Amino acid sequence: MTTAKTLYDKIWDAHLAHEAEDGTCLLYIDRHLVHEVTSPQAFEGLRMAGRDVHSPDKTIAVPDHNVPTTLDREKGIENKESRIQVEALDKNAHDFGIHYYPVSDIRQGIVHIVGPEQGWTLPGMTVVCGDSHTATHGAFGALAHGIGTSEVEHVLATQTLIQKKSKNMKVEITGKLQPGVTAKDITLAVIGATGTAGGTGHVIEYCGEAIRDLSMEGRMTVCNMAIEGGARAGLIAPDEKTFEYVKGRPHAPKGAQWEAALAWWKTLFTDEGAEFDKVVTLRGEDISPVVTWGTSPEDVLPITATVPSPQDFEGGKVEAVQRALDYMGLTPGMPLTDIAIDTVFIGSCTNGRIEDLRAAAEILKGKKIKEGIRAMVVPGSGLVRAQAEEEGLADIFQQAGFEWRLAGCSMCLAMNPDQLSPGERCAATSNRNFEGRQGKGGRTHLVSPAMAAAAALTGHLTDVRDLM
Amino acid sequence: MDKFTKITGVAAPMPLINIDTDMIIPKQFLKTIKRSGLGKNLFDEMRYNDDGSENPDFVLNKPAYRKAEIIVAGENFGCGSSREHAPWALLDFGIRCVIAPSFADIFYGNCFKNGILPIVLPQEQVDILLKETEKGENARITVDLEAQEITTPDGEVFAFEVDPFKKHCLLNGLDDIGLTMEKLDSINAYEQKAAVERPWV
Repeated sequence: MTTAKTLYDKIWDAHLAHEAEDGTCLLYIDRHLVHEVTSPQAFEGLRMAGRDVHSPDKTIAVPDHNVPTTLDREKGIENKESRIQVEALDKNAHDFGIHYYPVSDIRQGIVHIVGPEQGWTLPGMTVVCGDSHTATHGAFGALAHGIGTSEVEHVLATQTLIQKKSKNMKVEITGKLQPGVTAKDITLAVIGATGTAGGTGHVIEYCGEAIRDLSMEGRMTVCNMAIEGGARAGLIAPDEKTFEYVKGRPHAPKGAQWEAALAWWKTLFTDEGAEFDKVVTLRGEDISPVVTWGTSPEDVLPITATVPSPQDFEGGKVEAVQRALDYMGLTPGMPLTDIAIDTVFIGSCTNGRIEDLRAAAEILKGKKIKEGIRAMVVPGSGLVRAQAEEEGLADIFQQAGFEWRLAGCSMCLAMNPDQLSPGERCAATSNRNFEGRQGKGGRTHLVSPAMAAAAALTGHLTDVRDLM
Repeated sequence: MDKFTKITGVAAPMPLINIDTDMIIPKQFLKTIKRSGLGKNLFDEMRYNDDGSENPDFVLNKPAYRKAEIIVAGENFGCGSSREHAPWALLDFGIRCVIAPSFADIFYGNCFKNGILPIVLPQEQVDILLKETEKGENARITVDLEAQEITTPDGEVFAFEVDPFKKHCLLNGLDDIGLTMEKLDSINAYEQKAAVERPWV
């Protein structure tokens, strides 16, 4: 009998509160993150059933999707529906006694940036949120995934989730990355290789030297887009970098509890000989700076490539590619570096952390963006913003011609006024290039922060290595 | 939640792959604090022209499919965000069943919480159903959850798989919070054990 376990197996086993005969399990949830868009109906459901929040101490809320990011936002939210949603979260957080970072709090930001920043997210935890990018927290070796609103209500009421165990998938990135290649390029390259359904039904563990070499910020970027590869969760085993990042954060354990936690965290790795249902291996040296050209995150190519033709594909993808090229206004055979852009967006839960802003500022330092380009930086949290100002990054962005905004999800999904107009083309550090994602008719090219900065300088998609 | 036992209804073809949740219900309609009323904005950007008029080429605007209860779709249906507004919009429009070669995990789970049955069939069978849906109003497909069978207008029968617990909940319209509440003793016992083993959580 084999006893070797994967990291996912270990976290799963540690959180099993009940298992029925048919294999349906109740998984205990250590942290429940909440935002304003996917929670109002869940709280309403609790009220209607006369139920309380089971563990308010493990429930953390922050408004992010709808909030304005302009500097005058203290005057309130103009859009009535957005305002009602944020006000509903204010009220629900107050009425049910959960932890809350309102818009006025400097700690406010994108829920997946605030959780780690405040030390809510710790290794070996189960973390859920009514948001598919919850996978971000997997960077800490936490089992973290997105849930729907009915499940939000279920977790609020019971602190558990009804689950069946997923399969184990290993994504290994061997060797070293080339200069100019970042965590974003890794995660996009993986989706390009496996497709947007490649991870469906699986939990991905990312490993290998190139993953180990990443900072915690980089690891969060990689795990963040596990969902774009179809996997509900992505994991990276915790190590000294993880512990160093967590130590001293407001909600991290202290003193004797820190020592006890550390002892357990150090057991959180995949055992030698543990089996995976699926294995994908990429060589770090083979990964280039990449961009997306279509309307699915799997539509990825190295920046040195040309726009593909529908004939390069087969099955249902042929029609999908034709539709994508029509929507994106692109012609097969065109060099990707010839694609002129109108807008640059740096931010989101994928790339809105301090290291992302440093990488972009490094490219922009002392330079001006191309005339006519609209460019904005939306830091992932108020604290990221403050740190960037302290490090002089805000000055670099502003002198280059970028708008320097307040924290929120912003143009990643365009629920607030930060949107693309029909036909407007954007180099974005966010996570989805779906039709209409950044505004009806808007055209999105997903890139790393350094590549977004490079595009802002030249006015077209650009190989950042040419500017380094 | 409404029960799902057996339905016979018009099936609309949407063979496109990777139909994402932004297509199903664009973000501007996520600002609601209710579950109802989203049907009119289902597939909004494909369904309406810029001036708000209906796009006559979109399948659900065609006379034969305006009252469709079933969608037959391409692979990876429902990929993207976790928004439960996607199944709410489908349900509000009147869709009770989606048949596709594969679904994104979160969307698949969300359907069951709302009385919608997502069915995975092999591509070859989906292709047969897509052909059948071309019969328009006559493309009435029967979906029997109890028997786990789909019957085409020609009488061809396809069996499908469904998780027994999810099937039970859907057949009986059960609220799974209520079911979990019955296991509160197990949850409390787990919490006591965890408080000793991992007091920092």
